[in-house]
Amino acid sequence: MQVAVANYIALSAIIFMIGVGGVVARRNPLIMLMGIELMWNAANLAFIAYAKAYMSNAGHVFAFLVITVAAAEAAIGLAIIVIVFRRAENVDVDDVAVLKG
Amino acid sequence: MITFWILAVLIVASAVFVVSASRPVYSVLGLLLNFLLLAMMYLTLDAEFLAVIQVVVYSGAILMLFLFVIALLSSGVRQFSVGPNRLPRILAPLSVFGALALGGLLFVIVQSVTPSLPQSTAASAAGNANVFGSVADFGQALFTTYLLPFEATAFVLMIAVIGVIALAGDVDPPRPPRRKPLRKREPILKERS
Repeated sequence: MQVAVANYIALSAIIFMIGVGGVVARRNPLIMLMGIELMWNAANLAFIAYAKAYMSNAGHVFAFLVITVAAAEAAIGLAIIVIVFRRAENVDVDDVAVLKG
Repeated sequence: MITFWILAVLIVASAVFVVSASRPVYSVLGLLLNFLLLAMMYLTLDAEFLAVIQVVVYSGAILMLFLFVIALLSSGVRQFSVGPNRLPRILAPLSVFGALALGGLLFVIVQSVTPSLPQSTAASAAGNANVFGSVADFGQALFTTYLLPFEATAFVLMIAVIGVIALAGDVDPPRPPRRKPLRKREPILKERS
């Protein structure tokens, strides 16, 4: 018996909300970045499920693009964390105010 | 069918572990498990190439970067919890309920709109051109129809490299902090009792 595409979309939504919860609730920027990675992956799962449902390669290509953008985002985010830690010796997002204008 | 449910339960469990782990290193390990399980899920959806780059790029490159930064910041940054100032404790079960409700709502909506999944071709797809989801099929689409987005990807990665170098690659000696940190830094390598 085949799994309906709706199952994959529901799973994707649940993973996305877990990622949102991680970003909102945690104060460690590393774990916030990991929550963002979870959200990217939820989007990928939805893309690929729909690609299968419509037998189209577009979903695969956009999932590929999402992976590269996620890699770029992780690199820049981690670089910012390292900078902030080097300047302020503190990685609690509640205490970091160096980016305030 | 049974594969999907086993994978789904494990994926949700590992995702919850990622956002609730007490130390960032455990979080990275949970994320690694999550990515590997998602790669298996992609295989059930005939996305062979994406399953491979999920393991290679995410688990191999991005998670290694996370591990490196955690090690650079001397491992456990500090213990973090669902603090009262960020999120009231009552919101934790509420957000779980919200995630389940959103999932159920999307399930109902999507099921009434989209067609059912076609039969899997995974058994015959491996190395077979012109079968949906095979590497040859994906490459054909990527380098003909979607060539422009692919080139834009290269641009995005170049901007990321330049940005990281501009941010972290300064050769000046580190300046002293302009003011004292707000809180005294706890000894981070010591096990908390």
